[in-house]
Amino acid sequence: MEGIAALYIFMLSAFTGYEVISRVPVILHTPLMSGSNFVHGVVLVGAMVALGNAQGPLEQAIGFVAVLLGAANAAGGYVVTERMLAMFKTGDKGKAGKA
Amino acid sequence: MNNAILIIDAAYFIAAVLFILGLKRMSSPVTALKGIVWAGAGMLLATLVTFATPEMHNYLLMIVAIAIGGGAAWISGKRVKMTDMPQMVAIYNGMGGGAAAAIAALEFARMFAQGAKLEPLVLTLAALGAFIGAVSFSGSCIAFAKLQGLMNKAFRLPAQNAVNVIMLVLAIALGAAIIVLPQPAAWMLIAFFVASLVLGVIVTTPIGGADMPVVISLFNAFTGLAVGFEGFVLGNPALIIAGIVVGAAGTLLTQLMAKAMNRPISNILFTPITGEAQGGDSGVTGTMKEASALDVAAMMRYAQKVIVVPGYGMAVAQAQHKVWEMAELLEEIGVEVKFAIHPVAGRMPGHMNVLLAEAGVPYDKISDLEEINAEFAQTDVALVIGANDVVNPVARTDKSSPIYGMPILNADQARNVIVIKRGKGAGYSGIENALFYCENTRMYYGSAQQAVGDLVTQIKILSA
Repeated sequence: MEGIAALYIFMLSAFTGYEVISRVPVILHTPLMSGSNFVHGVVLVGAMVALGNAQGPLEQAIGFVAVLLGAANAAGGYVVTERMLAMFKTGDKGKAGKA
Repeated sequence: MNNAILIIDAAYFIAAVLFILGLKRMSSPVTALKGIVWAGAGMLLATLVTFATPEMHNYLLMIVAIAIGGGAAWISGKRVKMTDMPQMVAIYNGMGGGAAAAIAALEFARMFAQGAKLEPLVLTLAALGAFIGAVSFSGSCIAFAKLQGLMNKAFRLPAQNAVNVIMLVLAIALGAAIIVLPQPAAWMLIAFFVASLVLGVIVTTPIGGADMPVVISLFNAFTGLAVGFEGFVLGNPALIIAGIVVGAAGTLLTQLMAKAMNRPISNILFTPITGEAQGGDSGVTGTMKEASALDVAAMMRYAQKVIVVPGYGMAVAQAQHKVWEMAELLEEIGVEVKFAIHPVAGRMPGHMNVLLAEAGVPYDKISDLEEINAEFAQTDVALVIGANDVVNPVARTDKSSPIYGMPILNADQARNVIVIKRGKGAGYSGIENALFYCENTRMYYGSAQQAVGDLVTQIKILSA
């Protein structure tokens, strides 16, 4: 990828992240932290590509660890976030703007 | 560009869109549950399509690693108690950071084996991602160990800040050497990772108390950045977008939390709150007065208004269901009950909200600091359950206190204050709490679960 194009992606992503979280009620801080924790679990994809191109036992070992950790981040992040958010399912009194 | 690559790129694009929409939805309670499902769909899509990447091998290793790592995390995530969520977020986050660092390590190992240098910009970002990812990994592991109770609360090295700075300079110097030198030695690569890992450990060990959630959030932002940088190295836009979005969102969240505590992030990292920082006696005088379950039950039974201030002690004791049972009982009798939540009560922001939601407490009974602080003066009983630093009035009065200036819940202004606490010791931060010695405060010792259970029994007897 062109360096400058990647720079644009960097900048726009940073603004997006900032915007997305700027108005969030306190009650969702923990679930949102957990949710963003899940989203960076996409590192799994990078780890898979890295392992897929690994050659020799050392690279394979490092790649294996990378995929293992990345998969744990993604799977664990999803389960924990889902469990937390499931508790907001009932009794929603339409107080979205509260807090 | 062949078809497989086109499809993969399209799938990554859709995944990135789903991540952003998912996060957006997670920022409102009404759509939050859908948000995680959307983001999850994006993740599944991105992962599956990656298997189709051309010219890859090691598929068996890949599947085994996913099965072990993903399976173990899935099961542990399902089984963990709601109260232990914060440390689980910390450890999964650390693993993400570790994965980013490992990707960089693999790039370095290849570079070393082939004797070919990467482009300077790519190499710099790889090294930055490795550094940040490794710090996040080891730091999050320490955060996990501390919250899980596997480690001593606060541990400071002599000249802690100097040691931190030396380790930071060392890691940066090694990183720079790897980038600049035409042929960096293997020991430099290894020492670079070791220095980064050690830095994460020594930065995190002295941090305790209410600062912990801020640190977990900071490491979350770190991992996001590390993932974004490694995405650049691999030329993978899904990693760049997801990583940087989380990096920015996490940084903002960290700032919001630090602001809620009136402590700049630099203070949290470099002058952690510890009891000893307070020096000698800070003018906290008086005696603690004890109350029995009957005293407390009667006080609340005949009150007009009760405000419950939950803290980490309620979480540890799993007392949230009992607390709500008690609140419902009081409301039936005609007592107004509210819950006041400090932004950093517990070990994460929103920690108490999550627990109370689990117990079935409706949103409109829960108020945050700004909403409720004026109400304490018209409140008959403030019931503090396992909270400590967030109700310590020295934050308002004692300039020498390390928590001076932190906004607190003004529980001390209520006509009566009941503090449910396990023992007489100081709180997580080790600071004496002046509230416990106030004229209008009564201490009610016991584990929150048992103590509130006894209150429920007594209130029932009184109302029979």
